[in-house]
Order: sequence, then structure tokens, then C-alpha cells
Amino acid sequence: MVLLEKNMAAYELKPETWVDQYADYLFNYAVARVSDAEIAKDLVQETFFAGLNSAKNYKGDAAERTWLIAILKRKVIDHYRKINSKKGKAEVRMNYNANTDSDGDWLEEQVADPFSRDGDNTLENEELGLAIQECISKLPKKQSLVFNMKTIQGMSTEDICNELGINPSNLWVMIHRARTALMGCLNQNWY
Amino acid sequence: MKISCEEASNICNRSQYKEAGSWELFKLRVHILMCRTCAKFTKQNTMLTSLCDRANLNTLSESDKESMRKDLKKHL
Repeated sequence: MVLLEKNMAAYELKPETWVDQYADYLFNYAVARVSDAEIAKDLVQETFFAGLNSAKNYKGDAAERTWLIAILKRKVIDHYRKINSKKGKAEVRMNYNANTDSDGDWLEEQVADPFSRDGDNTLENEELGLAIQECISKLPKKQSLVFNMKTIQGMSTEDICNELGINPSNLWVMIHRARTALMGCLNQNWY
Repeated sequence: MKISCEEASNICNRSQYKEAGSWELFKLRVHILMCRTCAKFTKQNTMLTSLCDRANLNTLSESDKESMRKDLKKHL
């Protein structure tokens, strides 16, 4: 019995909930890295399959989300390997700007733009995006669906009502609940 | 002219999606002057909108998710 307790996992996998819980989260992560929605979608799909295939190796010491992200990371790397090998050898091309007569640190000058804070912002916004997705995935399914359609896909109230067969006041009640929950969920870190 | 807190939050929610009229917005503003709870709610709600804009969120369409669910079920 002692042995059994020792092997008790802190987390377990529930693949039937994966799409609802993690699809958008993983999708955001992938889009930020491959900048192509179609490819990102395929990577998410592959991640779920790989997760199923290696479910027996899951030891339960990391949360499902963390474990799936780790798989997705491998998939992104594999994706870049694949397109690189298709291209043949990676081509390194460097243009030294002949118009400036500065010499010395030219490589550093060209690689990093010290005045650009874009990099930091992109990183922070990506983190923010993942935090929001994590909060959305904790909403009841109907609420997250309506919130996604309205906020992320920017659909009109009328279209959503038609598609889901609800009336506008239902929609706004769900939006209200979703937004209130999200404010609470994000409050700790982002407000 | 006077509106309830419920109505105020409703206008506030719709205004996050630019679906509130200008007269409604005016009524909301007046209400906020008198009601701290709604003032706080409006501030946080607007903040949520700007966070969502900044985060550049993406979502898979419901049909994509549905086909993923099906494929996943086949492999279970």
C-alpha cells in the first residue's frame, strides 16, 4: 500500500476535456511562434495526438497544461527543422552597410537594435495572452464560447444569437458573467 | 434619466463592444458619478477590453474544435 501511495499522481490526464480546456491556449502559443494560423492549428492537433500516444509516460508530476505545452514546444522545433531541411542548407547572408564608415562592432549593431523595445513588449503581450486564455478556459463552456465569438472573433450580436439560438439578453447576461469572472481571474496579476 | 446599477452594467458591457448609444453612455456617466460600485466596475471592465486588445488573442473556430474533438475521440 505504501508503494501505491508513493506512486499516486498529483495530476491525471483527461484527454476528453483537452480541446475545450487547452486548444485556444496552445493555439495562441503556437501562433506566436510560427505566425501562421493553419500551421499552428496542425501543431495543436499533433500535440494532442502525441499526448495521447505518450499518455502512459505521463507521471502526473506536472499539470496537464504544462505537460502539453512541453510537447507543443517539441512540435514547434520539429516544424522549423523540417522547413529548414526542405530548404537545404540554411543560407547565411550578411550585408554590411557600406555607407557607414564605422567599423568594429558591426555585427552587434546589426543584430540588436538597442532602441527597440518591441521585443520586450511582444514577450509581455504573449504572456498576457496566455494568462487571459488560461482564465477563459476556466469559464463555463457556454460563457467562454460566447465571449470568444464576441471578443476575439468580433462577431456581431445578431450573428452569435442566430448561430447559438439565443436571444440578445441571454447573450449579454453570459457576456456579463464571463467578463466579471475574467476581471477577477486576471486581477491578481494584471490589474 | 436615472438608471439602476443593473442597467448601468448592461450599458457598460455593451459599450465595450461599441454597441451602446450616446444617450445611454451619457446616462452611464451620470450614474457613475453617484455610484462607486459601478464606477469601479466600469474601470475594470474597460481595462479588460484594453488587455484583450493588447494581447492579440487568437481562437480556433468552433468547427475546427469540433473536428479536433472528433479526431481525438477516434484515437482514445
